[in-house]
Amino acid sequence: MKKALRLHTPLTGEICTGLRTGDVVLLSGIVITARDVAHRRICEAINRGDEPPVSLKGETIFYAGPTPAPPSRVIGSIGPTTSGRMDIYTPTLLEAGLKGMIGKGKRSSAVRESIRQNHAVYFGAMGGVAALLSQCVTAVEMIAYEDLGTEAIRRLDIVDFPLIVINDIEGRDLYEMVMIGNDHLY
Amino acid sequence: MRKISVNVITETVRDLFLETSRILGDDVIGALAEARVSEESELGRWVLEKIIENIEVARNESLPLCQDTGLAVLFVQVGQDVHLTGGNLNDSIDQGVREAYRDGYLRKSVCDPLSRENTGDNTPAVIHTEIVEGDRIRIVAMPKGGGSENMSTVKMLTPSDGVEGIIKQVIETVRQAGPNPCPPTIVGVGIGGTMETSAILAKKALARTLGSPNGNDPRLAALESTLLNKINTLGIGPQGYGGATTALAVHVEMMPCHIASLPVAVNIQCHVARHKEAVI
Repeated sequence: MKKALRLHTPLTGEICTGLRTGDVVLLSGIVITARDVAHRRICEAINRGDEPPVSLKGETIFYAGPTPAPPSRVIGSIGPTTSGRMDIYTPTLLEAGLKGMIGKGKRSSAVRESIRQNHAVYFGAMGGVAALLSQCVTAVEMIAYEDLGTEAIRRLDIVDFPLIVINDIEGRDLYEMVMIGNDHLY
Repeated sequence: MRKISVNVITETVRDLFLETSRILGDDVIGALAEARVSEESELGRWVLEKIIENIEVARNESLPLCQDTGLAVLFVQVGQDVHLTGGNLNDSIDQGVREAYRDGYLRKSVCDPLSRENTGDNTPAVIHTEIVEGDRIRIVAMPKGGGSENMSTVKMLTPSDGVEGIIKQVIETVRQAGPNPCPPTIVGVGIGGTMETSAILAKKALARTLGSPNGNDPRLAALESTLLNKINTLGIGPQGYGGATTALAVHVEMMPCHIASLPVAVNIQCHVARHKEAVI
């Protein structure tokens, strides 16, 4: 396996341009969590002409809703949710300066095109290893939409969070690249 | 008539969800360990190693295996010679779910479908009750994650579609799902009955011990093996990063259907295949 690249947020267009589908990355720095309802609210704010509750410039969003933190831990288990549900909102966020996305699963062609145009990146995080991934989170702060509970926007400090580049700025897609023609299966 | 207090049901349900959200069955752990050895894709092996590491961390640190601690699905078989005292069955189950998700720091993932407002305590549970012979209660608790559930399908095939049609639907469902349901998955297939029974059969199939082929009908055991081989040549692999381990098992359950119909349901379960049973 290729050696993992160590990256630090904030991600820039230049950093994203250097990433290629299939690159394994250990990401450190700050990311924010947001999933379905938070995305809807952010887009509603942008469409109204209001400032979203967090600036998206250079930001990286982790599509995740953690379990509650037990006493003596900064966070419970945390891992990616399926990114495709955010596709309808994503181009708006990328236009507003979003650079990185962390999730799991396929993105729409509109999102892939927007990633290309805005020099951003979509990382895959492993699903179903949330106890392990929680060990990469060193601090958590509530930022917005606290009423959403697990779906609220939180700022996470992460260290060496294991990721893989799924969609790069040249339009490549890891999930498509690994599929084998399956006409013979029927 | 055997009297059973509903408090015992609440306690049992609570304990089942608390344990299964943190500790995976030996059958699933065994299948993952085998896949780690046989998987030829480097990225696939990387994923499988992390999955096995996660199982250890969850157990040692008493953390949920996955942040999606699921919607609480239960299969409950109530012996017809049981008399419940002190309350009713559904309320006592919901109370057990409520306590487990509160005391175990599990995520509350249930909401109103339209307003999307969270119910706050992970209830109501989805409860499938069956009245059976005897004076015991058998409870299977299965926290079901949303990502894999979303990739599931039900289709009303026609009799002329036959076994080929069934195979096509299963393979097409898994292919379309790709990386989304967190492969390696377990694929539950329900054939026959009516629309809703096919789906329930598919879900029941997920509760079966891995590596135990359908013991009721040799045709189904053969179909399970055919489907597993085909699925694992799709190339999806662990997490969709490529490889031969797309599914750990395919379980098929079947019942007779109408002469006009061939209902087929495919219920996908991620590798965090949590289910645990207790008999009261």
